[in-house]
Amino acid sequence: MADTHLDRDVLSALQEVMEDEYSTLLDTFLADSEERLSQLHEAGDAKALGATAHSFKGSCGNMGAIRLEQLCKELEQMCSELEQRSEQKSLEGIQKLISEIDSEFAIIRPLYEEERQRSLADSATVRRF
Amino acid sequence: MTNVQPLEPLTILIAEDSAADRMLLSSIVRRQGHEVLTAANGAEAVEAFRFQRPQLVLMDAMMPVMDGFEAARQIKALAGETLVPIIFLTSLTESEALARCLEAGGDDFLAKPYNQVILAAKIKAMDRLRRLQATVLEQRDQIARHHDYLLNEQRVAKAVFDKVAHSGCLNAPNIRYLQSPYALFNGDLLLAAFTPAGDMHVLLGDFTGHGLPAAVGAMPLAEVFYGMTAKGYGLSETLREMNAKLKRILPVDMFCCATLLCLSFQRRSVEVWNGGMPDGYLHSIASGERTPLTARHLPLGVLSPQTFDDRTEVFPMAVGDRVFLLSDGVIDTCDANEQLFGVERLQRVFAANRRPDQLFEEIEQALRDFRGEARDDVSMVEVSLLEAAQLSPPALVYSDSGQSCPLDWSVSFEFRAATLKRFNPLPYLLQLLLEVHGLRAQSGALYSVLAELYSNALEHGVLGLDSSLKRDASGFTRYYQQRNARLDELQDGYVRVHLQVAPKGEGGCLTIRVEDSGKGFDVDRVMARPLDGARLSGRGVSLIRQLSRNANWSDDGRSARVEFFWEALA
Repeated sequence: MADTHLDRDVLSALQEVMEDEYSTLLDTFLADSEERLSQLHEAGDAKALGATAHSFKGSCGNMGAIRLEQLCKELEQMCSELEQRSEQKSLEGIQKLISEIDSEFAIIRPLYEEERQRSLADSATVRRF
Repeated sequence: MTNVQPLEPLTILIAEDSAADRMLLSSIVRRQGHEVLTAANGAEAVEAFRFQRPQLVLMDAMMPVMDGFEAARQIKALAGETLVPIIFLTSLTESEALARCLEAGGDDFLAKPYNQVILAAKIKAMDRLRRLQATVLEQRDQIARHHDYLLNEQRVAKAVFDKVAHSGCLNAPNIRYLQSPYALFNGDLLLAAFTPAGDMHVLLGDFTGHGLPAAVGAMPLAEVFYGMTAKGYGLSETLREMNAKLKRILPVDMFCCATLLCLSFQRRSVEVWNGGMPDGYLHSIASGERTPLTARHLPLGVLSPQTFDDRTEVFPMAVGDRVFLLSDGVIDTCDANEQLFGVERLQRVFAANRRPDQLFEEIEQALRDFRGEARDDVSMVEVSLLEAAQLSPPALVYSDSGQSCPLDWSVSFEFRAATLKRFNPLPYLLQLLLEVHGLRAQSGALYSVLAELYSNALEHGVLGLDSSLKRDASGFTRYYQQRNARLDELQDGYVRVHLQVAPKGEGGCLTIRVEDSGKGFDVDRVMARPLDGARLSGRGVSLIRQLSRNANWSDDGRSARVEFFWEALA
């Protein structure tokens, strides 16, 4: 099941809040996330990386991407440790975490698109009656 | 999810760099019925605030271009006194970072992920706070406006009152006084005026209460004081009138403590009535002694006219002696521990005083040392006795043309015991005489002589008092005690006054004859005395001989006769 990746309760609450704009919100989140991902890859230092991870974590939390949120949180923590101690070995851990984030996004992306299709079909159904 | 409509929709600025979060938050806030403005970074947020003045801000802490902390600082600065609540949106968890939000001017936090119920509650709470602040500001401004209004009213009232109060002679060279500019609104009142005879009346009063209520009684009191003093009424009549008037117009809990003085430069004495004021002091320069002038009466406006006591005390003064009066603001000044300054500290200042002219400053300094700040209800006045010639009472102003001036007439009065007890006929007689234009230029001398003749006839004649009693200060006091006692017991006796006005050439002549029912005196012996003004006793006769023409006594001193002449009027 997809439950380790997405919090379905959060999604249904979001749909309730956003109503017709739910699908747009999902689109926006996916586009936003892609931007965050490229920022993660381009970050020049631990501080910038940590800040991006922090913001990304917040959005993921709001959107119910629970595993991605967790990974961002670990990355943020690692960056802050690195900032304080600048240990060479944790660079490897960071690389590993970023690729984990990449693959997690690859997993949830189709899930959100599926959710988007479902919501559009739902509202079409609602409209028909 | 129901659509919760708040009482009044707010315009809320959402500053958040994540597009999805911004969108989500906007939807939540809109669904709660508010208008939404959005900004993607701190700089945009500050601009949006500057031009659209939202009432509340939801602010992400971490944003590109300008972070939320700096944006919050700038928005708070732009908002000025108005409370624009800023709620920080944060997934920050470290307490240090949260503290930074507050330091930057944040009013609250909202943690991600957003919880709609908590967000709605926080917006509501912040809106309450915002309204409260707005109300406080509005009321503050309202109070400030009222205060300005009140101050302006006081300025106008003071300007009107100053015209009345300063029609007197507070600027005479023998008066020094100290009053805060708005003492009137602390109920303090200081009046001074010359009588037609050149005596000086001084009143220091202190109405109960503060503000306008304390000031309203001052106007009628000043009117009575100036009106009656100018007409030649003595302290007793003036006091009776003031008391009756205040009793009539003031509410029961309002009255006026007052000390009233009559300084006579010719007789070198001071007559005192103190109703409820702190002790005044008569300072004898020769002996250095300070005689307290103690309150012997209830304040003005308390007793009915029937029970009011107008009895005064008379003290001799030498040239240079001073009378010092003060309001209770001086001795009731409290220090930080509610200790009163008190009479003893005042007397220590007196004792330490070397230069009499520095006394006020020394008292003020002592009050400052005692309390640390000056009160605004401290009033002090000091009146010194000068040679009569050193003062020039202002000429009286008359409004009539003189065409109807009476020039050939006579009139006689007989004042009997019951009248002598309380009625003072002098103002009435003087008014009558001043209808004669030729006499107006010498009204001072005329009044002095008339007053002297009348009091000689009453005191030495009808009451049989021995003027030699007045040789020294204690005898002086005894003399006036006897005078009051004998007047109270008076059953019969009379004083007759005959006035005769006759034209003489281009001018005219006034003859005054005053007779009494007393035992008379040895005219030849009294006339043999030199015209000496320095002694306390027997000043009356020499005064009369100096100020009038052809003064003579007949019928063993029971009948006195003087003349006044005037030339053609210009």
